[in-house]
Amino acid sequence: MSHETPPTPGLVSSLVRGYMPFVVAVGVAIVMQVVVRPNVDPYPAKLLLDIGINCILAVSLTMVNGFTGQFSMGHAGFMAVGGYASGAITYYTSMRVWGAGEARGGVLSGMLGGEGLPWLTVGDGLFLFSLIVGGVVAAGLGYLVGLPSLRLKGDYLAIVTLGFGEIVRVVIQQTSPVLTSAEEVRQATILQLPTHVGGSLGFSGIPYYTGLFWVYLGVCVTLIVAFRLKTSTFGRAFLSIRNDEIAAEAMGVNTTRYKVWAFVIAAFFAGIAGGLFSHTLGVGLSPEAAGFLRSFDVIIMVVLGGLGSISGAVAAAIIVTLLPEWLRGVAEYRMIIYALALILIMIFRPKGLFGVREVWDRATWAWLSRRKSGTGARGGARE
Amino acid sequence: MDQFLQTLMGALAIGSLYALIALGYTMVYGILKFINFAHSDVVVLGAWGSLVFARWAERTAGWSQTPWYLGGVVLIAAMVLCGTVGFLVERLAYKPLRRAPRINVLITAIGVSLFLQNTGQLEAVFGTRPASIPRLVGDRTIAQIGLVKIEMLDVVGLFTALSFMLGLDWLVFRTKIGRAMRAVSFNPQTAGLMGVPVDRVISFTFVLGSMLAATGGFLWALKYSQVNQPADTGWTLLGLKAFVAAVVGGIGNVRGAMLGGLAIGLLEQFGSAYLSSSLSDVYVFSLLIVVLLFRPSGILGSTAVEKV
Amino acid sequence: MRTLRSRLVRAGLALAGVAALASPACGRQPTETIKIGHYASLTGSEATFGKSTDNGIRLAVDEVNAKGGVTIAGKTYKIELVSDDTEGKPEKAGTVVTKLITKDKVKAVLGEVASSVSLQGAPVCQAYGVPMITPSSTNYTVTQKGNMIFRVCFIDPFQGFACAKFAKDELKLTKAAILFDQAAAYSVGLKDEFIKHFKSMGGTIVSEQAYTKGASDFNAQLTRIRETNPEVIFIPGYYSDVAKISIQARKLGMTMPLLGGDGWDSEELAKNAGEAIDGCFYSNHYAPDQPTEAIQTFVSKYQQRFGGIPDGLAALGYDAANVLFDAMARAKSHSGKDLRDAIAATKNFKAVTGTITINDQRDAVKPAVIVERKGGKWAFRAAIEPQR
Repeated sequence: MSHETPPTPGLVSSLVRGYMPFVVAVGVAIVMQVVVRPNVDPYPAKLLLDIGINCILAVSLTMVNGFTGQFSMGHAGFMAVGGYASGAITYYTSMRVWGAGEARGGVLSGMLGGEGLPWLTVGDGLFLFSLIVGGVVAAGLGYLVGLPSLRLKGDYLAIVTLGFGEIVRVVIQQTSPVLTSAEEVRQATILQLPTHVGGSLGFSGIPYYTGLFWVYLGVCVTLIVAFRLKTSTFGRAFLSIRNDEIAAEAMGVNTTRYKVWAFVIAAFFAGIAGGLFSHTLGVGLSPEAAGFLRSFDVIIMVVLGGLGSISGAVAAAIIVTLLPEWLRGVAEYRMIIYALALILIMIFRPKGLFGVREVWDRATWAWLSRRKSGTGARGGARE
Repeated sequence: MDQFLQTLMGALAIGSLYALIALGYTMVYGILKFINFAHSDVVVLGAWGSLVFARWAERTAGWSQTPWYLGGVVLIAAMVLCGTVGFLVERLAYKPLRRAPRINVLITAIGVSLFLQNTGQLEAVFGTRPASIPRLVGDRTIAQIGLVKIEMLDVVGLFTALSFMLGLDWLVFRTKIGRAMRAVSFNPQTAGLMGVPVDRVISFTFVLGSMLAATGGFLWALKYSQVNQPADTGWTLLGLKAFVAAVVGGIGNVRGAMLGGLAIGLLEQFGSAYLSSSLSDVYVFSLLIVVLLFRPSGILGSTAVEKV
Repeated sequence: MRTLRSRLVRAGLALAGVAALASPACGRQPTETIKIGHYASLTGSEATFGKSTDNGIRLAVDEVNAKGGVTIAGKTYKIELVSDDTEGKPEKAGTVVTKLITKDKVKAVLGEVASSVSLQGAPVCQAYGVPMITPSSTNYTVTQKGNMIFRVCFIDPFQGFACAKFAKDELKLTKAAILFDQAAAYSVGLKDEFIKHFKSMGGTIVSEQAYTKGASDFNAQLTRIRETNPEVIFIPGYYSDVAKISIQARKLGMTMPLLGGDGWDSEELAKNAGEAIDGCFYSNHYAPDQPTEAIQTFVSKYQQRFGGIPDGLAALGYDAANVLFDAMARAKSHSGKDLRDAIAATKNFKAVTGTITINDQRDAVKPAVIVERKGGKWAFRAAIEPQR
């Protein structure tokens, strides 16, 4: 598929140029775990964790729905697949090797305690490995789902991805109960284990490795990749598809290839988010996690933030996570408020709150001061 | 044999309801080229509207026996209600986006759908419990072959769907408003320049589609007697399946919607009965993916080249 | 130094927009109040379950406060109930329970109804060392999450046994078909247990069909079941689906009794199903028409306060709260560990839903009742004693 395309800079080289940001990312993540976590109460710490996971989901979906202008409604499907894959790896490996499913992480893992532990342990290595495998499995599925985008446009693709999420949900429902004794796990073959992920009851018992370190490491890496994508030749190709697919093709952009890539990258990070999600204390990984309601949540974040704005997606992820906590008293009206917000934003800010721009771009805020003058009324909806 | 016939009957009955709802999707898609995600919620409104109205009528009038005409009155009330809501939704939410990219309209449609669902779920509106509709049409069995009964309601449903399809076919191809609809569908700008009142035609389409949804909801409520709460995932799945029916038959094509609805009904029922009942949703979505991959324009759809 | 650092951190968080939530929650309560938490589905499609349970708990709390409160180690405390909403979503459980324990500082947690949600709340209670009593999660894995987790209802293996025993011994039926909700863990678990016990008692399962919560059309499944001529259909689903199933089954000319579990327990079932549900049975935690004193006082008190006949969930909520208060009165202090030990020592506690003894698995051992629909009313039919 790729040998016909004119040479473009490779994906990997455009993402891994310069390692400094990654060093900073590790630093930020360590600060979150070692300094922030012990100094805030567990409840706000848990909210920070939820925010982080939602950020990864929203930013990764932005790559498909924002940058490339495709419309995926099956993001939760990728997340669930990644979560189940990585959960199965850590749980069953722990059961086989150590005979128990508990987490064996160091200081950087988990949300509780951590005094007197080594910084990193074998358990952490296992967790990291499982996260990456979860991401890769989700990315593989992303490739399969991305393929139909060769043929499908806009809303058809939306329906196919939505159907994909539903198929994932039904398939997970058919799985068998989790094996809870080390005996049973040792007797089962490797191929049998992935079918024992709990069915409709959900996969519980996954070791609790997820802490602020891993989540914010994930957030930072996702952000770095997203920004580099957006500003690289590769990302420009994404944006050109979004702006005018036919013109992009005429200019020699292999639209199919880029669309599939967008799906694969977004699915990878959704898989990582799923892995982080499934290893969190008190978070249920159930087939419902793959359903369209969860996908709608992520779409709301992306649309609120602006289709294509990375910082906007982050801001929206923060708002959407905290809003239900603030609106606890009026929970029944929460979804009505979201729905109205979606409609109003689409009418009055058709490109989302921040559009394709970032929060710190001055032009983002120009509409505030320009509102009364003639230029502001254009709306910018015409493409 | 009993099983085969009974499954066939069930498939035709539910397939005609899918078709009725699919007609609404197809009409809106045909003219505005977007999936009206809120369509299934208008169906819900039709079902709940009929239920509330029928209960209210029974309570206030205090009949000893339900009069034969009440069913018709309730249906008309539901159609008026849904038509009004459809009109308002189009005017307030979709019309400002006439020139916006399709993705915006799609997101707005999701917003409208969430809005209708969650408003309906409020205790002051329909609440979160399922409820049952009074019997408006007697449970009559028309004929019986062995164990297989042919129910009056199923025949009414099939007949309604067929007659609506024929009526729509006639409307679109034989009337003036139908010609205007086709013109708007082909190119709204040019149609406008030619003197077609584009906004009015679109509103008309929406009101018509919502009335079809009301009929679908009304028949659904009568057939199953218990109506699920408005935000039940069962409704969303119903909407999705009806949409799949429209796509499979060829979206924008009135006869295609009928064909697609029956095809989905047959696939789902026979798959459940003869293969495995746990995978009935998987069959439907797999059919969608297969059709889109091999014949993206659907069974009866014509292949059109995207205009630059 | 530490305070400065933590202040800096808090300032940073405030900038990040978490200000309102990051500030430490240390609203000092007057010493004579003890808080207990309840996490439940108060909104969403399972809202009716959460509200019933909450009513039951509220009734118990008001009663104990009217008596002056609970005396723990010589000191009397008033009880304050903090109820919080999970929307019935497992992924919300962790956040809600964390909030109850660390922000509201509750001493004990009650909840949830759905096993899938309890399974996620339980590890959090275990991690913070706060005892949790679930009123009505019947999945047996819930209390395996740790030694802090208890329940006051029977477990699915027993409910499956009770249904199987009733069908086999009481109704003398041997051919059963099954129609279960594949999206509900509760339904799948109960189905498996029923099959196991029914087969071991010498019965046969002639057909096993699935549906998905919220479905409306059961024609294909029921037709297939009809082909196999079962004497009874076991439907371990929720009331909202059972009403539709029963109506369609009768339309298909299937007159055999239907049998279900405690998911049937709602006034709505008979309201929506009408006569289609006549002659059907389900297993429940109690029957409001049982003439025992405990049940009749509870029913009349509940009717006075909330109106309507309390369902099993309300009764279990009431019992869970009372088991907790009983344990508090016996506890050495209100620390998590002492409360836990006191709850674990609960023996022959006279509750509405039967006499509760907490066993080594931290489950309540008590009989199930079978309720029958007869003459337009649900009536007590049989009590099935647990296997000892």
